Amino acid sequence: MQEPNINDQDDRMTQLIEQHQHLPGALLPLLHAVQQTFGYIPHTTVPAIAEALALSRAEVHGVISFYHGFRSQPCGRHLLQVCCAEACQARGSRELVEHTRQKLGVDFHQTTADGEITLEPVYCLGNCATGPSVRIGDQILGRVDPAAMDRLLDDLTRVPLRFQSQPMTPETSDTKRGAQ
Amino acid sequence: MINVYVPRDTTALSLGADAVADRLAREILQRSLSAQLVRNGSRGLFWLEPLVEVDTPQGRVAYGPVTPDDIPALLDQEMLDGSNSHPLCQGYTEAIPYLQSQQRLTFSRVGITDPLSIADYRNHDGFRGLERALTLEASQIVDEVERSGLRGRGGAAFPAGRKWRTVLDADSERPGQPWSGHKFIVCNADEGDSGTFADRLLMEGDPYVLIEGMVIAGLAVGADTGFIYLRSEYPNAHRILTEAITRAEAEGYLGTNLLGSGRTFHLYIRLGAEAYICGEETAMLDSLEGKRGMVRAKPPLPAHHGAFGQPTVVNNVLTLAAVPTILAEGGQAYADYGMGRSRGTQPFQLAGNLARGGLVELAFGVTLRSLLYDFGGGTESGRPLRAVQVGGPLGAYLPEGHWDTPMDYEAMADAGGMVGHGGIVAFDDSVDMAQQARFAMEFCRVESCGKCTPCRIGAVRGVEVIDRIIADQDRTDNLALLQDLCHTMEMGSLCAMGGMTPNPVRSALQYFPDDFARPTTGNEGG
Repeated sequence: MQEPNINDQDDRMTQLIEQHQHLPGALLPLLHAVQQTFGYIPHTTVPAIAEALALSRAEVHGVISFYHGFRSQPCGRHLLQVCCAEACQARGSRELVEHTRQKLGVDFHQTTADGEITLEPVYCLGNCATGPSVRIGDQILGRVDPAAMDRLLDDLTRVPLRFQSQPMTPETSDTKRGAQ
Repeated sequence: MINVYVPRDTTALSLGADAVADRLAREILQRSLSAQLVRNGSRGLFWLEPLVEVDTPQGRVAYGPVTPDDIPALLDQEMLDGSNSHPLCQGYTEAIPYLQSQQRLTFSRVGITDPLSIADYRNHDGFRGLERALTLEASQIVDEVERSGLRGRGGAAFPAGRKWRTVLDADSERPGQPWSGHKFIVCNADEGDSGTFADRLLMEGDPYVLIEGMVIAGLAVGADTGFIYLRSEYPNAHRILTEAITRAEAEGYLGTNLLGSGRTFHLYIRLGAEAYICGEETAMLDSLEGKRGMVRAKPPLPAHHGAFGQPTVVNNVLTLAAVPTILAEGGQAYADYGMGRSRGTQPFQLAGNLARGGLVELAFGVTLRSLLYDFGGGTESGRPLRAVQVGGPLGAYLPEGHWDTPMDYEAMADAGGMVGHGGIVAFDDSVDMAQQARFAMEFCRVESCGKCTPCRIGAVRGVEVIDRIIADQDRTDNLALLQDLCHTMEMGSLCAMGGMTPNPVRSALQYFPDDFARPTTGNEGG
């Protein structure tokens, strides 16, 4: 993930702010849109957001840092969330988490050295009868045992070189993977 | 043209329903078959997903769980005629005992209709409640909901009619406030409790029933705007609801002139951002307003001082979705189901280690044992069931001795449990209850909003104390300390997060003390 070009970022931010600033309770919808656009919420966007919504920068920062779903740093090419809540625990998610950590060589909230995968916990994807469940992009997968996780990770990281040479957000990379 | 159904519900998709649908569409084309694919909601029989159904003159025939590679053989063996020769045939869907023995009111259409088809919704009794509501005075609508005995399905079980009456009677004039004169309907769709998926199943399988319920609520209390606060962990529900709202607006079921009545109701979705606490109604309201999801002290009640400082109805998805039936059939018809002060039906959700997980909508009063064995079929692992957590992560872990308690708000409370949102998570005998108790504190540590010290700090200390107990350090003193800590959290927290995290911890200690006495396995999980 590269830092968005600063001028492009300003232009996109102006658009996003115009689209969202008049909504009641505009901050969360705007932050979602910023993250959707850039893959994370660059700290350089905070002053513009604060000014547009008549908030202090501290207030905007406070909201970003409160929610697990908002990221201030870029994540890997894929965001892999593993459900760690009780219903998935009852179906083997503790073992799955351990297996995934070892396989990737990272802990939760970390990204693999090759920048491919960021591992995060998630507390319930509403797929509680057919866990363990994981989320990749907007796709939710069920019955993910360690073997299924190995297949998934192989799938995610097996990408033609021409794709790897391009900077892209997690969203677009998932779209491209699905289109192969 | 024969209709073939493949669900577009999250659970079905998570098990490969899209690949099944793609393969089916390709085979239908290649074989020039007279059949069309319908993407329906899920019947909630999750162990059979992806569940493919075929229309026959005698009713739908079900096949499941289907993989793409099963499709050619299924078609060879006359699946489109409803043949039962393939081993995946489950017979007539409606005759599957799991479904046949349910009392589906709120979920009557889920899995049957195309969730986005307004015509389908209308053909299955949709919008009858709204049409009747448009002929009634606001207070008559509230009367009907009061008569039904409907109580909030989010967990707190507060009488919905009384809440609506309060908002109806509230003065919305707040001079100087930006939203003076407005009232709001807020649907709490932040279904964060592990083991619950009924809101999701409903929103993905029958979104118009929620929309209809919210419009009726708006008419009942004089609110012209509604928000669905939806968790971001439900991307599929988000897609379906967004499209449903667009279509409902186009057809006059939302907007400035509801069905030509001159009445107005606008509906918007707001996405959460992975914060469990925002399922608590006051934290949700702060989040809706664009703030950190911090719990508010009550009073003032949201009914008087809710979203943007205005009178607000906050109801769970299932509460609002029960309303169209109540208006269409009358409150008394709904109240005829249930027991004691728990009227109507409750969608129970069978989750965790069960052979037949899924949605079971039944009148209150069914026992946990019946749900676990008659419906759930015991564990999927084949090992004995050992512990069951009812009502989400803040609910108690119940051992077998409590499984004959009827599922009713008061009876469960007497047994030290709670119905909550109706989620039931089953564990087999491989569970380590000390680790489950530790997780309850860990979860509270991660998800506390931080407002109340006993919750914010107590959860951190709770993990440490349980670790010391597991490691056999000063066991007696640390057990006493943990009980003391639980008491402090219970008494010193504003909301259920800190106040009820002690439930799973204490129940694990009380019913499964041996697990705290054995050496740790070193498996700390999430």
